[in-house]
Order: sequence, then C-alpha cells, then structure tokens
Amino acid sequence: MLRIDRATYDAIVAHAREDHPDEACGVVAGPEGSDRPERFIPMLNAARSPTFYEFDSGDLLKLYREMDDRDEEPVVVYHSHTATEAYPSRTDISYASEPNAHYVLVSTRLHGEQTGLAGDEVEFRSFRILDGVVTEEDVEVVDSYLFGHTPTTVVYD
Amino acid sequence: MAIEVRIPTILRTHTGGNKTVEGSGDTLAALVDDLDAKHPGLKNRLVTEEGKLHRFVNVYVNDEDVRFTGALDTQVKDGDSVTILPAVAGG
Repeated sequence: MLRIDRATYDAIVAHAREDHPDEACGVVAGPEGSDRPERFIPMLNAARSPTFYEFDSGDLLKLYREMDDRDEEPVVVYHSHTATEAYPSRTDISYASEPNAHYVLVSTRLHGEQTGLAGDEVEFRSFRILDGVVTEEDVEVVDSYLFGHTPTTVVYD
Repeated sequence: MAIEVRIPTILRTHTGGNKTVEGSGDTLAALVDDLDAKHPGLKNRLVTEEGKLHRFVNVYVNDEDVRFTGALDTQVKDGDSVTILPAVAGG
C-alpha cells in the first residue's frame, strides 16, 4: 500500500493537470528504507511528449546525487497518461528499475479544457513493478506525515 | 588507485549489496569487462548483445553522460568516478 500525504497527492495531480496534454513526471523522495514519500520533486519531461516521458540525463544525475547526499531514495516515481488509463504501459514496465518504488500513474484523459468543470476527473493509481510484473496497490491519503497519523484517512482502491 | 563505480539499487544484487565498487580499464568497455569478472552478470545488465549500452541505463564518467563522449569507447583512467543510473522514462 502507498501512504501519501494530502499535499503531495494534490501536488502530483496539479502537475499532471498543468502539463496536460504532455506527460508530467517526477519523484517523491523519502528517507532510505522508510517507505515515506516526503519530498516532492517535479521533473521536466525532456521528451515533452503526450506519449512518452523521460528525465533529462543531467537532471537525473543531479537528482540521484542529491538524494544520495540526504540518504534518500525515490519512494514514489510518478508520471501521467494524458489519453489512456492510469495503468503502466509496456514501455513503463520495461523501464521500471526501482525495486523499492511505488510507481504512481495519473490519468488526465478525462481532464477537461479547464480544471473544475463537471466531469473533470483525474485518476490516481499506484503499482509495484518488479521483474516485469505489475501489481496494483491501495493508495491511502493521510492528512500529514508531520504530526503523526490522523484518524481522518481516505482509502482509495 | 582505481576507478570508483557507483551502482544503482537494481544492480546491487550483483555486487553483494555494495553501493560502490572498484575496477580498472582504459575504456568504459574494458572497465565493464573488469567489473563483470568480479561481479558476474553485471555486463549483461549494461550492454546489449550487439555490444551497445542498454537504453535503460545512463552511465556518467565524472558527471559527463557517456552518450556524448563515445559511449563504451569513452576513455577512463585511475581516479575517475563512474556513476550508473537507471533511466527514468516510460510511455
């Protein structure tokens, strides 16, 4: 299961909306081994494409060096699909190479011309991708990690 | 002196869990062969059957992406630092 705080969840969705119709991508880093996505890091989609995303190789090196210095790892790796469902594509599966990461897929296919219109909806789903095998998992949105776990949680499945 | 190589999480199964290993060679190709001798299976994860770098990995020599410096023919020497990272990409 992915536990993620409300602000980070909202930030990922906002990034996906912003970059629509191109795919948005990024990472939420957290302390190594903690499984806590704490530091939201939106990345530039160097492909600037509605069907592909990739981190720029220089940005990638900088990101990993920074995480290394802070003893962090990518707890969440997210990207959006802008015309298809929020499910890993074959390309996503072939590239997936962070065994500890939650792969978050956001779909903006039902996202309208303007945010907030009736029927405007963004799908948010999370997966583990290990050795080419995709396993969907529940997403639990918590109010905040900072003040302990609150009783007001919402489980999306 | 040797060449220090940083190994990403996904490849640490080949290095006994170590984040960094050391190797030697005049070119990246020779370095990869040397690493594979000590950590069997590593080369397969980095180099295709056609002898090119996998598109799923990024390799940097002293912060320079080797795609721009000759790929596996990139010159390396003692004291250099090599970083291997999984490409983050998809469709």
